[in-house]
Parts: sequence; C-alpha cells; structure tokens
Amino acid sequence: MQFLSFLISGLSLGSVYALIALGYTMVYGIAKMLNFAHGDVIMVGAYIIYVVSTMQGLPVWVGILASVLGCTALGMLIERLAYKPLRGAQSLAVLITAIGVSYFLQNAALLIFGSSPKSFSSIINRKPIRLFSGDLVISWEAILTLSVSILIMIALTVFISKSKQGKAMRAVSEDRAAAQLMGINVNRTITLTFAIGSALAAVAGILLCSSYPTLTPYTGAMPGIKAFTAAVFGGIGSIPGAMLGGVLIGIIQMLANGYISTQLSDAIVFAVLIIVLLVKPTGLLGKKINEKV
Amino acid sequence: MFNDPNDGSRLVPYPSGALVPERDLGKTPILEVRHLGIDFGGLTAVDDFSLTIGRTEIAGLIGPNGAGKTTVFNLLTNVYQPTRGDILLDGYSTAGKTTAQVNRMGIARTFQNIRLFDKMSVIDNVKVGLNSSTKESFLACMTHLFGYRKAEKLAQEEAMRLLDFMHMTDVAYDEAGSLPYGAQRRLEIVRALATKPGILLLDEPAAGMNPSETAELMENIRKIRDTFQIAVMLIEHDMNLVMGICEGICVLNYGKVIAKGAPEDIKSNPVVIEAYLGKKKEA
Repeated sequence: MQFLSFLISGLSLGSVYALIALGYTMVYGIAKMLNFAHGDVIMVGAYIIYVVSTMQGLPVWVGILASVLGCTALGMLIERLAYKPLRGAQSLAVLITAIGVSYFLQNAALLIFGSSPKSFSSIINRKPIRLFSGDLVISWEAILTLSVSILIMIALTVFISKSKQGKAMRAVSEDRAAAQLMGINVNRTITLTFAIGSALAAVAGILLCSSYPTLTPYTGAMPGIKAFTAAVFGGIGSIPGAMLGGVLIGIIQMLANGYISTQLSDAIVFAVLIIVLLVKPTGLLGKKINEKV
Repeated sequence: MFNDPNDGSRLVPYPSGALVPERDLGKTPILEVRHLGIDFGGLTAVDDFSLTIGRTEIAGLIGPNGAGKTTVFNLLTNVYQPTRGDILLDGYSTAGKTTAQVNRMGIARTFQNIRLFDKMSVIDNVKVGLNSSTKESFLACMTHLFGYRKAEKLAQEEAMRLLDFMHMTDVAYDEAGSLPYGAQRRLEIVRALATKPGILLLDEPAAGMNPSETAELMENIRKIRDTFQIAVMLIEHDMNLVMGICEGICVLNYGKVIAKGAPEDIKSNPVVIEAYLGKKKEA
C-alpha cells in the first residue's frame, strides 16, 4: 500500500517534470540550445497566478489563463531579446546567456516579491480521497496533475506529428538549412517552440505549486534542473523521451524518498542518470546521430 | 537525337542579348542573373556570372570540380549573400530576402548530398514542402490545431498526386531515410516541386546513378518541365545527361563563365575542351 502511495506521488511529480522537460527538449531539438532559464519560467507562472488569484482574489481560471498567457509572452520575449541576436554564435555564448536570463528572472522576482516564501493556495480545494480504510491517500492535486499532463502530452504529440507547424518543427530540427530552402520561416518556428515550451512551463508551475505550496524566487530552479535531467535521461531532443524521462525521474525520486532517505533522494536521481548515460550515452530514447558521409 | 528542332528548343537571342529557347521568347525570363559575384575573404569564388533562363528552359551548369557551380546555387537561393550583382526572379530582385522567402518567390532546389528529413515519412517530407507554399499568419498557424482537418485533407491529396507523378505512392508512409538511394533522389525532387517553384535547381541529380536510372531521370526532368511548365537548371557531371536534355548550357571554370550556348556549340568549343582536358601540347 505504501508502495502504491509512493508510486502515485511519483507519477504526479514525474508528469510535472515531463511537462517541463518537454520545453527543454523541444527547444534543444529545434533551436539547438539549452535554455537554462526554462525552470525560472515555472516560477514566474506560479507568481502570476498567485498575484491574480490569491492577492487580487480573481477566480482561479482567470489566474490560470493569465499565467499561461503571461509565460507564453515571456518565453517569446526572452527568445527575441536574449537568444535571437545570438543565432549563429557559439553555443557556449548562448548557454551563458541562458544562465544570465535565469539569474535575471530570479532576481527580478526577488526585487518584486522579496525572499520570504509565499504560501500558494492550491487551485482545487477538495479533501483527498482515502482508500482501503485510510491506508492509501490520493490527493486531488495528484489526480489533476496526472490527467492534465496526459491530456497535454497527447495534444502535443498530435500537434507535432500532424499539424503543419509541427511538421515544420520536425523539419527544422532535422536540417535547418534544408528546411529554409523549403520555404520554412525558421525564426518563426523557433519562436513558436519557445511559446509552446513556456506555456507548458506555466501549467507545470501551477500544478507543482498546488502540490508543494511554497513559492519563492528559487521555486523553479530545482524542478528545472530535475526536468533537464529528465530530458537528458530520456534522450534530449526526443519528445517521447522527455515524457518517459520525466515520469521515471519523478518515480525514482519518490521511491528513494520513501524507502531510502529524503536527504539522499536527489543524489540517487542523479546517480541513476549517470549510470544510464554510461550504458546508453544518447539517453533512453535518444536518436543516434548519423554522420553525413 | 534529343533536340527536336520543332519543339522550340532552338536557342534564339533575347532582347537583352541572352539566349533562350524560341518558345520562351516574348515572356519574361524566369531567372535573370547580372554580373553576380562573391568573395570569401580575399578569394573570389564566383565572378561576373550572368545568365538568363527562359520560362520553360532546361539549362545546364557544368564545369570542372571546384569551379563554383554549387556556390552559384547557394547564391541563387540566398544561402550566401552576393558581394556583387543582381538576381531577378520572375522580374523581381531577390536582394535582401531570406532563403525561405526566396523559396516562396519561386526557387526550389535539391542537394548534391541528399538532405531529406530522414526521420519523417516520405509523405510528410512532401507536406513540409507543400505547407510553406500556402501563406498563413502566425495566429492562423497557432490555431491550426483546431481547424487543420480540411487543410490536412487537401495537403494529403496534393502530396499523393505529386508522389504518384514520380511513382512513389507505395512508399508514402515509409521513413524517408530508409528509402533506397535512387528513391531518395526522386523524393528530393518531389519535395522541391511541392513548394511550387517557377524554377527548379537540381544539384548533381544523377550522381551515383547507373545508366538506366540516369535515362529515367532524364525522362522525369523533361516530364516535370512539360507538366508543370517550369524551368529546370541542373549541375551535372554526366555529359550524356547534360547534352541530352539541356537546351542551354553554361560552363564555369575558376568561378568565371567561359562559355554559354546550345549543347552542340559547347561540345566543340575549344575553351571548354581545354578546361576539361587541359591544354593540348604543341606537337
């Protein structure tokens, strides 16, 4: 029973990681860069809904909408101002810029909201479900997180595989120059990728803070790193890989938390990552890169 | 043998002095290149390249290795920005346009080393080409998720028609990277055609093909020209192919045009022979 309970919280946390990891992996696949500011977009999303719904008292759905739209705009803005001027620059320059953007967002939040944690009120107020005479407790947050994540992942998969823009994204990710010669506007495709990734980050932020209701300017940092780990674990650049990696990292973390040690759980997550990468350097579902002959 | 004098393939002087096939007289040329040049650092890769291609002409660009042929293709598609000169596509200058915009203005190309989207299906490769030829706003793209069914159905039919044209419908759902070599070459042409070009640039389309495949390719190139009424410009080392289907040929050596004209004239041109075989020793 205990195992089941760990598994459910692991699945729920893992699906949040998966949503965040999708942003990392899509941006990596299409823009060929690691957007280390991605984790902090989660934090911004959570603050937006905190301001709109908790401070201003507007309905929760208004807060959710504001958060998703705000983060989408933020993601596009970051791309336009910080990364677009560096297109064609060395990847190291872009990486450092991304870390800079991450610190910028954290410190901006620190200036506006201060360092004291805000208590985030969950978007659903319902008593958890108790099964087996109280042996197994399932929170509504976990159920919501899991179902929302599954829906989003299905929608995203359909979008990527079927839609015109999704095909353009896959084409740009495979061969940017050839895609351009097919008339695809690469800049627009990259902007769209950032928009989608940031919207997912907002959703992830709302779900995460509903389950773990303390909000500080550094709330996004650790889940961001974990999600990045998940993306690498699943094979960076691969969308099913990010989903699988996220869920596995969440489950491993929760099981380690429950059975081994709370303090060691992060170390165990990263140890598993190292072992997987030693055995399979491209990640679980990573593609082998074919050298052009 | 291939040049039937009655089909209008005879080159005649255009008002500007350039040669185009007789049937294309009186129409604006699809491509007009004037004094095009590019320097890489101190090295002049292409210099004073001028060329006019008629609306339905099949033109060849030949020359020894390293002569700058692919550079010319990269200049025409704005992959490289020219240092000097003008490119007029259907009468409009392509200066300052992005590669994607130039494609939408009407130039499509294939690559010397095949560059398909290997992990996508054959039909999705074609649809990528098709998609960019339909213009849509950013908002329309974002909301496409909800209304794409109809557009998708049209794209599906169109893609199938194009694949059928090259007899590829039976592999439509295979992964592009898994196709045999010859089929990959054909798919690259289909994908380029899907962007609805006015001129199709083929970079060594017959590379690695056996004589019967090359003969089929020649038929296909002619069929493309006749069906879509577009111009084709090709870089090729296979002289049988070039002399067999090209109406006008341009010879490049060390980045400069050394000869232009109909195949018969090129074949007997001493400058061309020298460029290919070296100078004859005085006996």
